[in-house]
Amino acid sequence: MGVGLIRNGKGRDGDAANPSGIDVRWGVLGLAALLCACADKSDPPRGIAGADADNGLAVIGRTGCAACHVIPGIDWPRGLAGPSLEGFADSPMIGGQFPNQPDVLVDWLVDAPAMAPATAMPAMPLTEGEARDVAAYLYTLDD
Amino acid sequence: MTRPAADGTAAWPPAALDPAGPFAGPLNTLAWVLFAMAGAVLLVVLVALGVALFGPRRWRARFGGARLVWIGGFAFPVVVLSALLIYGLGLTSHLTQEPGPGEMRVRVTGEMWWWRVAYLDAQGREVFQDANEVHIPTGRPVVLELDSADVIHSFWVPRLSGKVDMIPGRRNLLRLQADAPGAYGGQCAEYCGGPHALMGLVVVAHEPAQYAAWVRKQSAPAVAAPQPAVGAEVFGRAGCGACHSVAGTTFNGLAGPDLSHVGSRRTLGAGILPNNQGTMAGWISDSQSIKPGNRMPAYPVLTGQELRDVSAWLESLK
Repeated sequence: MGVGLIRNGKGRDGDAANPSGIDVRWGVLGLAALLCACADKSDPPRGIAGADADNGLAVIGRTGCAACHVIPGIDWPRGLAGPSLEGFADSPMIGGQFPNQPDVLVDWLVDAPAMAPATAMPAMPLTEGEARDVAAYLYTLDD
Repeated sequence: MTRPAADGTAAWPPAALDPAGPFAGPLNTLAWVLFAMAGAVLLVVLVALGVALFGPRRWRARFGGARLVWIGGFAFPVVVLSALLIYGLGLTSHLTQEPGPGEMRVRVTGEMWWWRVAYLDAQGREVFQDANEVHIPTGRPVVLELDSADVIHSFWVPRLSGKVDMIPGRRNLLRLQADAPGAYGGQCAEYCGGPHALMGLVVVAHEPAQYAAWVRKQSAPAVAAPQPAVGAEVFGRAGCGACHSVAGTTFNGLAGPDLSHVGSRRTLGAGILPNNQGTMAGWISDSQSIKPGNRMPAYPVLTGQELRDVSAWLESLK
């Protein structure tokens, strides 16, 4: 979005209707810088109301998610059948095709094949509450 | 959580000093007696050493003769170690006696790196096979006949009994008993190659009535008779039946664990993973990343859909 604004500003550089184009350009750059700051990765991770990330890690352990995924916080196993979840909070996609948003992630954890029929990830035996806790834990993985 | 998967792996790795039956109790006592004796002897030796180095001249002179060597270095160890040996053998000899008439018998065979489990009738004939779990009724002793198919393993379920080696060509006996229902973790206790540390097992103790129901269920195929499932077709096409048996089908391989009721097991991979469709799919797809060196290859030829079909079918074999 910030990039788009800069391009717009440059596009209107020589616009006769705006003789003081330099000032506008600085204003647009300032706005772009502000917008970039909003998308900074150092922002707090996506919150899930009422979810308990510590319990999420416990659920991950006893469900065996690490049989297919490398998951920071689980030393063993470090399965390779599914993608590594290192840095998952910074990944824009879930399963390579869905936006990485809390509601989408919770649905995915409970029943991935309902969303992506070709996925190898089966529906998992998680309650809604457990899935929310797991999602909260995954959103702490921002390194 | 009440999911059986949770108790299964929560029991592994097992606690070593927390007995849960009449055979493990005395062994635990023996372990503490040995620790206490070793501590006491260490204390005596350290005090004697301190006296010999820093004590008054008169005391040091006493420590200089041969008499102390005869008493402290020979007579004392002979007496103490003999007493401990007799006490220990007295506590454990009944653990390894031949099964009496009417005693329940289970044969457990160590394999690299899992456990083949066969339930035997009174004549010692095999009734049905299972793997990586030993089911027993509570409140009565069960005689395990331990042997090995390859190298030396060691059967150890510390909360229920002692530790006995499984030696190729030899039939070792071990009794165990659980007082209360539950899952009791075990571990191969003799290094047996690569993934030895991941060779776990679970003993599941049931109330006698539940145990009888479990035996009835295991004695019949779990496969739904008329309609072969899509997953069963994938299982056949991928060649799984060359190593694995499933009662009620034509899959009759003997190299790997019997899968007739694999969906009812608490764990996968020999006691180490919870058992659900996700871990099943992960194990089939790439068990080598979970238990490196185990004898099941990775299956990078299955699609996601096939993996879900075959794991769903296996999980349905309760």
